[in-house]
Amino acid sequence: MVRVDGRGQSSSLIQVRGLDKKYQRGSEEIHVLQGLNLDVEKGEFIAFMGPSGSGKTTLLNLLGGLDVPSAGTVTVAGDEITHMSRSVLTQWRARHVGFVFQMYNLIPVLTAYQNVELPLLLTKLSKTQRREHVETALNVVGLPDRMHHYPRQLSGGQEQRVAIARAIVSDPTFLLCDEPTGDLDRKSADEIMNLIEELVKQHGKTVLMVTHDPVVAQRAGTTLHLEKGALVGSTRGEEVTAGGRR
Amino acid sequence: MKFRGLMYANLFRKKTRLILIVGCFASALFLFGVLAVVKKAFSGGVEIAGADRLLIINRTSIIQPLPLSYRERILKIPGVKQITYANWFGGVYQDERNFFPQIAVDVENERTVYPEIVVPDNQWQTFLKDRPGAIAGAATAKRFGWKVGDHIPIKGTFIPGVWDFNLDGIYHGSQKDFDETQFLFHWDYFEEKVPERFKGKVGWYVIRIANPEDAVRIIKAIDDEFSNSPYETRTDTEKSFAAGWVKQFGNIEFLVLTIGGVVFFTLLLVAGNTMAIAVRERTAEMAVLKAVGYSDRFVMLMVLLESLTIAAVGGIVGVALAKALTLLGNPLPNVLPMFYLPSMAVLSGLGIAVAIGAVSGIIPAVGAMRLRVVDALRRV
Repeated sequence: MVRVDGRGQSSSLIQVRGLDKKYQRGSEEIHVLQGLNLDVEKGEFIAFMGPSGSGKTTLLNLLGGLDVPSAGTVTVAGDEITHMSRSVLTQWRARHVGFVFQMYNLIPVLTAYQNVELPLLLTKLSKTQRREHVETALNVVGLPDRMHHYPRQLSGGQEQRVAIARAIVSDPTFLLCDEPTGDLDRKSADEIMNLIEELVKQHGKTVLMVTHDPVVAQRAGTTLHLEKGALVGSTRGEEVTAGGRR
Repeated sequence: MKFRGLMYANLFRKKTRLILIVGCFASALFLFGVLAVVKKAFSGGVEIAGADRLLIINRTSIIQPLPLSYRERILKIPGVKQITYANWFGGVYQDERNFFPQIAVDVENERTVYPEIVVPDNQWQTFLKDRPGAIAGAATAKRFGWKVGDHIPIKGTFIPGVWDFNLDGIYHGSQKDFDETQFLFHWDYFEEKVPERFKGKVGWYVIRIANPEDAVRIIKAIDDEFSNSPYETRTDTEKSFAAGWVKQFGNIEFLVLTIGGVVFFTLLLVAGNTMAIAVRERTAEMAVLKAVGYSDRFVMLMVLLESLTIAAVGGIVGVALAKALTLLGNPLPNVLPMFYLPSMAVLSGLGIAVAIGAVSGIIPAVGAMRLRVVDALRRV
């Protein structure tokens, strides 16, 4: 069960404590996140909603080890990532995080197969083993017949499926999805959400997703609302203290 | 090499741009190769000039003669080991454009002083016995399709009449840079046919000395020996003489270095700009690579390797084209006594290409390495 009061169990998959993020813009200091707490259990599907500038993407970046906080800690599966060096963090991301971006961010000169294979090239898997993993991932997202297509030969929905296959191919600890349906029409968005739900329900994946779309957010088990860098409420009744602070 | 697909795809993502930038490297290296060929043609003689050989000419000018009687006096100077002499002939074979040096030589001593001249023994023996005989350099023989036994008519210029020579042999240089364009014939035959005013005169002497370190003393001794005479001498090392000869055409080395420098500097700017654009276009992709676990170092090496590959391929193509040009034959045999691409130039050309590839790739590569995923994705 998701907790945002900082009193979650130490066995939680993701533990966030007192997370702060400030940016300096000229002489002005901008507080993007303020003393945020969060506990996420394995297999949960959480959506973050909030107005632009509320800190959703910053939170996702911090959880994924793409950015470092100004204060506070993020612990994932027992690893405290906030004090890891850049190179260690890179290796950690390869093992634990699958990213899905709004703009898919596939490499246009690589086929769907090669895009999905990218994270596996960093492992010690043989070519045959990599092939098995890639084919499995493409089967899960329903694109086994498009593996030799280039991104330009795919629809937006199909590109996002390939991006999801790339995110899951190395079986990461959790998935971070930043507006995964933001660039898709409703039908394609539904298909992508069905796929993400399937990953959670059938494959036991933990998914943290940022979205602006309430329809999409409804598909998540829990929706947390962010405003001015603080968690201000939850759709599924979890207790959220003011500003997310204890 | 499991990253081959990624590298290959990145290299070929913009084929037109790839062809153009490889073409830039190839053109620059081709030009470098041609300049190296020209430089070698002019400086080859200087580089292989014997350190133990001295050249003695008339102090006034090389076109003024020296008496043959100097031979014995020069040989008496301590440290002088061997001596030979020669005269410039300057005739025309068929057409004035068919220039090649024709030289009347002291056949008894020519090969002692110039051991670089390699001729089959039987050909040389025939030549020694054949007064109107001649030996041609392999390059000249090839140029005119001459074979041993051919009769070569050469029309005299300052010495009138048509001289009919028997081609008794073809020589090669024992070293690659040795001039293979000369046409050598008997000085005695020359002496026999020249007008009275030219008799008993030689164009220049060449001596070999026992110890090259003694050169300065011997040069002074020779020039002192003939000072205040009607035929004063100017003695110099063969190398210095050859260098002076090259300088008559201008400072070839400076010219080659300047042109080469400008071309390579321009190439560096073009390549650097191209790599910077190529990397900037892929900011988001690099961010994604880093997000999924590729290290900063990997991304840097990927960009650098791409730049080095382009430079190396362009360099190889350019140098290969320059080499191919030399294999087609010397287009200016009248001007360039040798026409080949030295191995050192091939290596230095490829080295320069790779260095330009490294320099032009390093700034974008370091930029790619320092790229922060969050910043890069925000820019997209």
